[in-house]
Amino acid sequence: MSITQILFWFLSVVALFSALMVITSKNPVYSVLWLIATFFAISGHYILLNAQFLAIVNIIVYAGAIMVLFLFVIMLMNLNKETEPQKNRWQKMAGAVAGGCLLLVLVAALKDSDIKQQQALVNGGSIGLIKNLGKELFTTYVIPFEISSVLFLSAMVGAVVIGKKE
Amino acid sequence: MNLLSIDLWFIIGKAILIFCIVGLSFFIAMYTTYAERKVAAWLQDRIGPNRAGPFGILQPLADGGKLFFKEEIIPLASNKFLFILGPALAMITALLTSTVIPWAAPFVTKTGSVIPLQVADVDMGILLVFSIVSVGVYGIMIGGWASNNKFSLIAAIRGASQMVSYELPMGLALIAVLFMTGSLRMSEIVANQVQHGWNIIYQPLGFLIFFVCALAECNRTPFDLPEAENELNFGYHQEYSSMKLGFYLFAEYINMFISSAVMVTLFCGGYDIPFLNEASWGLSSFWMSLISFSVFMIKISFFLFVFLWIRWTIPRFRYDQLMNLGWKKLIPLALINMIITAAVILWLKK
Repeated sequence: MSITQILFWFLSVVALFSALMVITSKNPVYSVLWLIATFFAISGHYILLNAQFLAIVNIIVYAGAIMVLFLFVIMLMNLNKETEPQKNRWQKMAGAVAGGCLLLVLVAALKDSDIKQQQALVNGGSIGLIKNLGKELFTTYVIPFEISSVLFLSAMVGAVVIGKKE
Repeated sequence: MNLLSIDLWFIIGKAILIFCIVGLSFFIAMYTTYAERKVAAWLQDRIGPNRAGPFGILQPLADGGKLFFKEEIIPLASNKFLFILGPALAMITALLTSTVIPWAAPFVTKTGSVIPLQVADVDMGILLVFSIVSVGVYGIMIGGWASNNKFSLIAAIRGASQMVSYELPMGLALIAVLFMTGSLRMSEIVANQVQHGWNIIYQPLGFLIFFVCALAECNRTPFDLPEAENELNFGYHQEYSSMKLGFYLFAEYINMFISSAVMVTLFCGGYDIPFLNEASWGLSSFWMSLISFSVFMIKISFFLFVFLWIRWTIPRFRYDQLMNLGWKKLIPLALINMIITAAVILWLKK
């Protein structure tokens, strides 16, 4: 077994285990921390694919910024068992059915695609390095890139407007 | 059968380097606590610690020993696992940031193989430091929350929001430097400065913004709101005792050391000797590495001194002033700096 394979299996186990712990742990703070662990494992996978920029940005944005906000909200709300709203049985069933439908759609979409034949380039390929990725983003994909940046700007302005006192 | 195809010598070499850097970080952090007390004493016209050893130089050892022998108290109402995880995370993230810093000029052995005195020269370089710094918030937040104390929680939230806010201008100031270098690799940033002169000359405003943000990221005065004892009793580590408290305090000094090293690398030429062309001296590689390392450490010591100097000179900001400075002054300034730099580079290239 090469070191890449060992790391792949290790990271996969960590990612799956911590993702399971996110939904099974009772304490919401633990859930957030397990989710952070999941993000780290996924970043490790990106590094194995030599997508270094994606890996780092995944940590900075998701683990470092968004999860801090989650943790803020959960810590300030001080959730515990007494105040947690009890979902009734129908809601739980509906949730399970909806989740199952999503799984079905994903499996159906991926079943016949040619992804199965394509193997990921492990440790090779330089498109994930910042120079190549930047060139590609600002030449080939410049229009979608700029449009999404406008989307982000509008979201930011919206947040400021909502957060502003009257 | 070769089950594990791992380059053993590579790993051993890196392990030795990592061991040295961690040891160095601890040593410098220890003596920064001593320097802090001596500088404070000097600025306040006192003598400072002078009992343990000559000039009190054994004082940090005495402090460490004291922390080890203190009773370890874990509050009953606290979350025990997270209570221990908090200081551990603070320490780990503080030490991890040293991975991409080039400590000295690469060492060339007699057989001609080059040993870079840097743990990892990755393509992401400085962004890796930023990602670890952004994760460093959790040490404070988890510790403050798990203590189950309102003061700790408020302090932790203050600390986290301060660090998240000041990461933005820091990153924007950094972008201007990256425009000039065209690479995120720390080794290339240093090489570029050796060739064209230090970045601080071209980016004085960027450096100033970066320095102010580094003060805020390390929770140092005038931005030490998470430790404002007159408002919060003690801060996010109020419930901690023994070495767990020591970890939090120590992590702050390691952060100071590493952020000084990052600032030196980004803006002050790294291990470059100013005004001299050391390549023409014809010294052996060993001496070159040693000299460049010493120069690097002297520059870091200067920055550490400035950190201490500021602490004993400037009073603490109010919390709203801190947020105003970050969001309404530093971010626009950093944006303007970035745009001007980009425009000048485009104009020069025409």
